[in-house]
Amino acid sequence: MRHLCAALVAGKVEYFNYDWKKESWSLFLTAGVIIGGLIAGTLMANPHDIAISGATKADLIKLGVTSFSSYVPKDLFAWDKLMTLRGFFFMIVGGFLTGFGTRYANGCTSGHAIMGMSLLNPGSLIATVSFFIGGLVMTWLIFPLIF
Amino acid sequence: MKNVLFLCLGVYFGIVLVKSEVISWFRIQEMFRFQSIHMYGIMGVAVAIGTLSVFLIKRLNIKSVDNEAINLTGKPFTKGNIFGGILFGFGWALTGACPGPLYALLGSGYLIFILVLLSAICGAYVYGVVRDKLPH
Repeated sequence: MRHLCAALVAGKVEYFNYDWKKESWSLFLTAGVIIGGLIAGTLMANPHDIAISGATKADLIKLGVTSFSSYVPKDLFAWDKLMTLRGFFFMIVGGFLTGFGTRYANGCTSGHAIMGMSLLNPGSLIATVSFFIGGLVMTWLIFPLIF
Repeated sequence: MKNVLFLCLGVYFGIVLVKSEVISWFRIQEMFRFQSIHMYGIMGVAVAIGTLSVFLIKRLNIKSVDNEAINLTGKPFTKGNIFGGILFGFGWALTGACPGPLYALLGSGYLIFILVLLSAICGAYVYGVVRDKLPH
């Protein structure tokens, strides 16, 4: 069930030369996730800001993030930020790397970190460590350069 | 009928993703800065439940919805786990989302994430095109 991410993105790309209709269950699952997001975002909406740790907030303010009122910083993810270098980097380059990396690593957080580790699969452990190496390098070394 | 089941599971998963706040860019930053146990707690519990589920599936010989044996062999190791993993990590820190949360964010009204999603699909497509040239 948690092979979700892998199936989600691949299912969209039909050129992958397999009978994608057999994988159509993943599209229903995807549609479900969108509906679930809609339900959680409206009927079950949280009226408060996300209670992130003070240390994180202080670090992000130092980097120049000013908006903490929703799930994502509006300084980075907004239509009018698309044409800025920073916005382009976070949204477009970030999205590309997420999609490319997920396929190349043959799985993502759910597929490797959660499902793979539940199976005690060594390759998934290595993948999870690699996810963190990438995330840590980006957060600690590259963020100060691109903000 | 079976597809309705998958749809319901998706709805449930989507609600969990939003309400647990794992779709939040801020939560991912907290995680990569080791400043909160939030994400580690969620993933730790998920792995614990996953391990228990795997144990029960094996023990009770539970079948899939198509009444077939459930495949519990892990994905084989390739160098892609490392190279692709690091690239995915870059993307994860930038967007604060992996593929599942991208859909959940869209659903909960962050329409701007359609751009991130399209870019991710584009990335997956490009991988398909260049995969023969990459080390695996």
